[in-house]
Amino acid sequence: MTYIAKPKFHHPGLKKNDLGYTHRDYEGKISTLCAGCGHDSITASIIEACYELSIEPHRVAKISGIGCSSKTPDYFLGNSHGFNSVHGRMPSVLTGANLANRDLIYLGVSGDGDSASIGFGQFAHSIRRAVNMTYIVENNGVYGLTKGQFSATADRGSKSKKGVMNTDNAIDLVAIALQLGASFVARSFSGDKSQLVPLIAAAIRHKGASFIDVISPCIAFNNHAGSTKSFDYVREHNDAVNRLDVITGRDPITVDYAPGTVQVVEQHDGTRLALRKIDADYDANDRLAAMTFLQKHAAKGQVVTGLLYVDPDSDDLHTHLDTVETPLNTLEAKDLCPGTAALEKINASLR
Amino acid sequence: MPDQSPISSVNDFVVRFANVNGSGSASANEMFARSILRHGVPVSPRNIFPSNIQGLPTWYEVRVTEAGHLGARGGGVDMMVAMNPQTWDKDVASIEPGGYLFYDSTKPMPTSKFRSDITVIGVPLTAITNSTYTDPRQRQLFKNIIYLGALCALLDMDVKLVEQLIGEQYKGKEKLLSSNVHALHLGRDFALQNLKCPIGLRVKKADKVGDRIFMEGNSAAALGAVYGGATVCAWYPITPSSSVAEAFTSHCKKLRHDPKTGKAKYAIVQGEDELASIGIVIGASWNGARAFTATSGPGISLMTEFIGLSYFAEIPGVIMNIQRAGPSTGMPTRTQQCDIIACAYASHGDTKHVLLFPEDPAEAFEFAGHSFDLAERLQTMIFLMLDLDIGMNHRLCRPLKWDENQQYDRGKVMTAEMLDEPGRDFGRYLDVDGDGIPYRTYPGTHPTKGSFFTRGTSRDRYARYSEEGAVYADNMQRLVRKFETAQDMVPRPLQANAAKPTKYGVIYFGSTSPAMDEAIGLLEARGHLLDRMRVRAFPFHSSVASFIADHDFVYVVEQNRDGQLRQLIVNENGIDPVRLVPILHYDGTPITARFIAKAIGDHQDRLKVTPLRKAVS
Ligand SMILES: Cc1ncc(C[n+]2csc(CCOP(=O)(O)OP(=O)(O)O)c2C)c(N)n1
Ligand code: SF4
Repeated sequence: MTYIAKPKFHHPGLKKNDLGYTHRDYEGKISTLCAGCGHDSITASIIEACYELSIEPHRVAKISGIGCSSKTPDYFLGNSHGFNSVHGRMPSVLTGANLANRDLIYLGVSGDGDSASIGFGQFAHSIRRAVNMTYIVENNGVYGLTKGQFSATADRGSKSKKGVMNTDNAIDLVAIALQLGASFVARSFSGDKSQLVPLIAAAIRHKGASFIDVISPCIAFNNHAGSTKSFDYVREHNDAVNRLDVITGRDPITVDYAPGTVQVVEQHDGTRLALRKIDADYDANDRLAAMTFLQKHAAKGQVVTGLLYVDPDSDDLHTHLDTVETPLNTLEAKDLCPGTAALEKINASLR
Repeated sequence: MPDQSPISSVNDFVVRFANVNGSGSASANEMFARSILRHGVPVSPRNIFPSNIQGLPTWYEVRVTEAGHLGARGGGVDMMVAMNPQTWDKDVASIEPGGYLFYDSTKPMPTSKFRSDITVIGVPLTAITNSTYTDPRQRQLFKNIIYLGALCALLDMDVKLVEQLIGEQYKGKEKLLSSNVHALHLGRDFALQNLKCPIGLRVKKADKVGDRIFMEGNSAAALGAVYGGATVCAWYPITPSSSVAEAFTSHCKKLRHDPKTGKAKYAIVQGEDELASIGIVIGASWNGARAFTATSGPGISLMTEFIGLSYFAEIPGVIMNIQRAGPSTGMPTRTQQCDIIACAYASHGDTKHVLLFPEDPAEAFEFAGHSFDLAERLQTMIFLMLDLDIGMNHRLCRPLKWDENQQYDRGKVMTAEMLDEPGRDFGRYLDVDGDGIPYRTYPGTHPTKGSFFTRGTSRDRYARYSEEGAVYADNMQRLVRKFETAQDMVPRPLQANAAKPTKYGVIYFGSTSPAMDEAIGLLEARGHLLDRMRVRAFPFHSSVASFIADHDFVYVVEQNRDGQLRQLIVNENGIDPVRLVPILHYDGTPITARFIAKAIGDHQDRLKVTPLRKAVS
């Protein structure tokens, strides 16, 4: 969080997207995170994805919990409303916000401490309720803001900065999200913008609970030998299952990927996800296979990244509750108050 | 014949039904209470139930009261309908001398199981049901209707009125209707043919009910939320509040679907816990929907961190707290008014919250309905403080009223047009009008103006993060200003003076109301006159302090151990505690007029003989 506002000056030569917005329109305040923190790269990827999708920034509601990661919504989409709620409770606040107005885009940003410990329940329940959101965990395996305690995603056997060994098993949020029925599940790495940007873009276009776990090294407390969430470790152990192009129905987003086999997944909003496969036999439409694939690679010490699962026919909480199309927050007394005649009937039935 | 002459009383007695939970007796017992109402005679029923589902004892007590006393009477009962062998001894013991015991006489009981000073009325209920029905569930359910029929004869009730009620209940379900009426007559005929009918207790037609309705507070509060425009409800089951959410669901199903599409104009989520429920409320309210949750004490404890956020970040919302006996799990199915302090100052740091204290279902409806206006107007959490006694009991109250032309007051919300007005300065926490209430914008309002960051961290008037001491203090003082503004927006206390000037007053609130109405009469009969004030909200209106100033002593009657309302009055108004005499009832049963009259009466009597200082030490 910062009070340093960025200068408003826009260079006239800046590239514009379909809406006529430049990158600057998607930026927020200047980050006060440690220089080199993985979270800042994720911020940059969010900005990039929103720019590329030509989203109107003010149509996004960005909601977070508490932690270094949860501060990041202040650093992107300066014209959006943000909500830094309480530690671990972003998902419920986001769920409520989404219920009030189904027309906005909901971006939930959380940390691994936030989501895998104090907020584990809320994480799980927002996913099983299929809240239409993009839920990003900036996963560094430690508590950054409270200075380096292990979080619940720290791998067993990994070491803290002080050399203490973690003896507890790790929670794999991706595995849990798959199990809970998230209709879009991905993992990425803050240092791999070319993979992360299209993943975020696809998640935003996806209707339903999209979950992205982004390994995001904490350079202050978790970027040393012995950590399995450090830049070096992830680079060495990263196994990407696919690369993604998001085709919005207008211009395709051009990303320069190594050509491979391409599988196209069409989502209900017309977006097409072009999966450029690296693992030839990987099928991103098979939840069960994704779960097994993940476990197999984890056993080999590999961090699988990419789009692990997507359900193109997904729906969301509003579908389940069968709510009106009009956002609930715009309904007025004439829409909501049943009136005196109905009340008279109720009175009569109570005599 | 009993060795005490049997009680005879018309339209003024208490019948208690002792049943086993899960036996389906609740609807028959409620039908009994309603039947009496149909005679034009007021009733005041109370559910007394354990924190358990199957097999444990439950009681349902009906106070028949032509005088219209709606509090519990207290003391023994005039007639016990003893259907639960487990509680037999206790039930028999609770009958007033000269009272009546109604029991299932299928199996003979040794005389030692009875009392010599009561009238014993045996009806072989099991034998009758077994010879009529083969299905075990039918046997169970119709046994209840059979005893209702027998009571009709014994109490001289008009069976037509009961038939009419059954007709309304099973409208369109002919088979159920006729079999229930049949069972009713089985019981009635048995009594008429085999027992001395009627007994000394009688129901006689009167005209004392008027147009009043008979309703539970939880259902009324839920209906208030429907009328008040709540569209989001998030909750987690807890006794005695679950029926608020359940009632909201059923009211919404009937009243809140789009006629064209059939889609819901509401969203109800059963949260995974209270933390999520209040989080959902806060998220929805932040985004401009009217949202509420219903809970009880333990839920409030869990919600407090979020409640602090809503106070500091100024997010509206409504919490309906149906209080039960604490601390901890306490007595979860018993009533108390014991969360006053916990709610008034909920959360860490300096916080103060608006509390509303409805006295009955009619006020629960009204206060719930208006709590959303209040929440949005003040941009803060509003606590609707009910308790089990109002929430889960049917009460006779005035019909529900709503002004159809009234628009919802969404408070200070800045629209895109307003933001575009030349010279308009938007700062989320700017006190433009001097009332401590700033303007807010809903997310998505304007492409470039009016967005802000909501956080529980300190920030300046423009919502920019700041840990400057002066900035923080400025904000905290504005919040106090806002709370002062609230004083004139919440329901005012109601005052009623004694027939003659008196030096003594009494303050009470919420579900204590009917007992207090009756107690005033009992006290007058003892020669004690009291002015009274019913507090209906916190922050306290200035008239509370003046009322106290105008009297030598003010009794503060409440249903908790520590005199929580009294503490709050002392704390907020800087009043000498000696001036406020606590009258406390906290065994989990509803406070009674007898209790209040005795406690205050005894104190008043002592005042006459003891110097002031000793009387209050
Ligand atoms: C109820 C509560 N408990 C504890 C804290 C202290 N706290 C603040 S941030 C944090 C952990 C943040 O870790 P993580 O979510 O992993 O985010 P990071 O800082 O690593 O990005 C903790 C424990 C708090 N703010 N609230
Ligand atoms: S402490 Fe770690 S997580 Fe926090 S800002 Fe610094 S590098 Fe990032």
